Amino acid sequence: MPPAGARTYSAALMSSIIRPELAAASAPAVPFRHRHLLGIDGLSAADISEILDIAGQYVELNRRGGAKSSLLRGRTMVNLFFESSTRTRTSFELAGKRLGADVINMAADGSSVRKGETLLDTAITLNAMHVDVLVVRHPESGAVKLLSDKVNCVVMNGGDGQHEHPTQALLDALTIRRRKGRLEGLVVTICGDVLHSRVARSNIRLLTTMGARVRVVAPPTLLPAAIERLGVEAHTDMKKGLAGADIVMMLRLQNERMQGSYVPSTREYFRFFGLDYDKLDAAKPDALIMHPGPMNRGVEIDSEVADDFGRSVIQEQVEMGVAVRMACLDILTRALRSNAPALEVTN
Amino acid sequence: MPGANGRGSPVVYTNARIVDPASGLDLEGALVTEGGLIRDFGPALFNDAPPFDCELVDCEGKILAPGLVDMRVQLREPGEEHKETIQTAAEAASAGGVTAMVCLPNTDPCIDDVAGVEYIARRAREVRATKVFCYAAATQGLEGKELAEMGLLAEMGALGFTDGPRALAEAQVMRRVLAYSRTFDALILQHPEEPSLAKGGAMNEGETSMRLGLPGIPAMAEVMMIERDLRLVELTGARLHLMHVSTADAIDAIRRAKAKGLRVTCDTAPPYFTLTEGDIGEYRTFCKISPPLRTERDREAVIAGLADGTIDAITSDHAPQDQETKRVPFAQAENGVVGLETLLPLALALHHKNRLPLVELLKKLTSAPAAILRLPLGRIAKGVPADLVLFDPDRPWIVDAKRFKSKSKNSPFDEMPVQGRVLRTVVAGRTLYEAQAA
Repeated sequence: MPPAGARTYSAALMSSIIRPELAAASAPAVPFRHRHLLGIDGLSAADISEILDIAGQYVELNRRGGAKSSLLRGRTMVNLFFESSTRTRTSFELAGKRLGADVINMAADGSSVRKGETLLDTAITLNAMHVDVLVVRHPESGAVKLLSDKVNCVVMNGGDGQHEHPTQALLDALTIRRRKGRLEGLVVTICGDVLHSRVARSNIRLLTTMGARVRVVAPPTLLPAAIERLGVEAHTDMKKGLAGADIVMMLRLQNERMQGSYVPSTREYFRFFGLDYDKLDAAKPDALIMHPGPMNRGVEIDSEVADDFGRSVIQEQVEMGVAVRMACLDILTRALRSNAPALEVTN
Repeated sequence: MPGANGRGSPVVYTNARIVDPASGLDLEGALVTEGGLIRDFGPALFNDAPPFDCELVDCEGKILAPGLVDMRVQLREPGEEHKETIQTAAEAASAGGVTAMVCLPNTDPCIDDVAGVEYIARRAREVRATKVFCYAAATQGLEGKELAEMGLLAEMGALGFTDGPRALAEAQVMRRVLAYSRTFDALILQHPEEPSLAKGGAMNEGETSMRLGLPGIPAMAEVMMIERDLRLVELTGARLHLMHVSTADAIDAIRRAKAKGLRVTCDTAPPYFTLTEGDIGEYRTFCKISPPLRTERDREAVIAGLADGTIDAITSDHAPQDQETKRVPFAQAENGVVGLETLLPLALALHHKNRLPLVELLKKLTSAPAAILRLPLGRIAKGVPADLVLFDPDRPWIVDAKRFKSKSKNSPFDEMPVQGRVLRTVVAGRTLYEAQAA
């Protein structure tokens, strides 16, 4: 049973609630009308709020424990990961299972399945298997979109190349909103390898859509061209970038990019772009520290800062991840679950 | 077959608007071909006595011009015949009004020895349609290291030397290629892109690549390679042709070099004056080409470069690719657009939009490339080969890639409404293509 104290409920949860007037009050003005979740790009502020509202309820539900739902009973969800991942895949798997779906993990990071032809073959195979929800992670930007054009199930982007990682941005937003009570007007500083980061791109899109002021800090070799066109301020000086920040979001810097190709060395990077208490002083005293994980301690973030109980919300992000993915599954399968064909669903 | 005239007996084209860009001629009249050559033409020809005992083609007032000379195509034969063959490319060329084309040496094996040049010549004779010429490799194996046998290859008929879609990257090698080419006053053709700056890139670097999360190829990669090469031309005095220039700054650099009197020419292709990086949309791999589609500013600069004469020629940049190499994630997709069958209407759009006078436009498709290649083609004159295209510059139609003669259908222009339709293509007096009645 849903918690009595929660203010809003998803449509599915609503069916088990006795007071229908609550449902009417919480119904969003514009219903979520996207068939897939391919990115934050294209989502409105109302879409994002709706996901976060419902995710908020799932947080409570998860915290009460034993809250396994039968929302997706008899539905099949496939996690198709062309890139190794433990945390994201597990989080999606848990989200699916908590909603009662049959979850199958397909790891496909072997070299033979990386070829594009096989990607479309995979789509044909999945269609024949009558999968309901497909979560895809792929090392190439746009690969998830390509697959979504060919499969006849709901597709969720679990990260494509350097393009988008929408559920990560949503879980970050949920974490911030629960801690700060809002997103609008907050100063969020994203630090690190913005160039190669799909997390940064999704976060920038989401946060600017929700009215936050976003800054990025990185050496110029790790900043993409024209990044300011996404409505962010770009800095190369960590302290300037962090001045007065409410949120400090660190990005992972991959090892192979630290050996001279983009930055000269790990120690030089940490000296100028690693988050330590000295640099953190520039941010607001109650600034939150976030990291999408997995962390390189001593490279982009000082261990002590990462474990700062008062300010680091890195653990909480993981918890929010499951709730956000449950919310996305809930919303995206509405059409599937209702008898009447919903808007924009053609098959 | 109507108008097909293998015996070389006379064919008379009456009621034509004859346009010869080389001489600036634009008149209404008739033209007669015989024995594969243009025998005569003029406003008064056959005015009194319509000829008899020979074939008559009524042009209905449409434009009769020299057949298009396409100085940059990839034919994929030998080696990738599943994408295109000389036969299918020739059929596509005829449907597009192209009567002569020059292929790049990036076949498999590549054309870096006399046998390769001979092979293309032999296949062209067998196909007996479009005139097919080739460039040969500038360096052995297209590896950018050791010089190819330019003299022997030129004797065998290679029209120029290039490493095709690969840039001649190393400055010392380029210097020697240019210097050595002077022995034969050979034409060197460069794919101007600094490979170390372009490495790993999938599209133009800028806002769109940032949004799509695709690695970018900066405009600078083209500009700095061209500026370097122009210095080397100044040093060596060689003849250099820069292929498919795509950026505003590069066109500026070429404009300055021409003003200085350097022997430099360049071309562009329809994608660069028709599309921009924005057309990639959500990862449309049919818009993936090399050099990449650029910005609106660059597109405008290409048109300005065509209008003021900085850009000498328009090529189809025909690059057939099959489904397997295009229906993949964007960064993994091959470059290329098939272009032979859309070359004329896409170029004519510049005329319809009043950006370029018709005669100037046709010059860049006929006599200008022929002059760069030193071919006696691309013009209408008494005694020259009867390579002609009859077209209606205004007729609207919708591009339908499914109906392309080309084996590959990778066109970003599919379903695009265009204006200007080829009605008949004639090579050496023989009609190779005739449009179905509309």
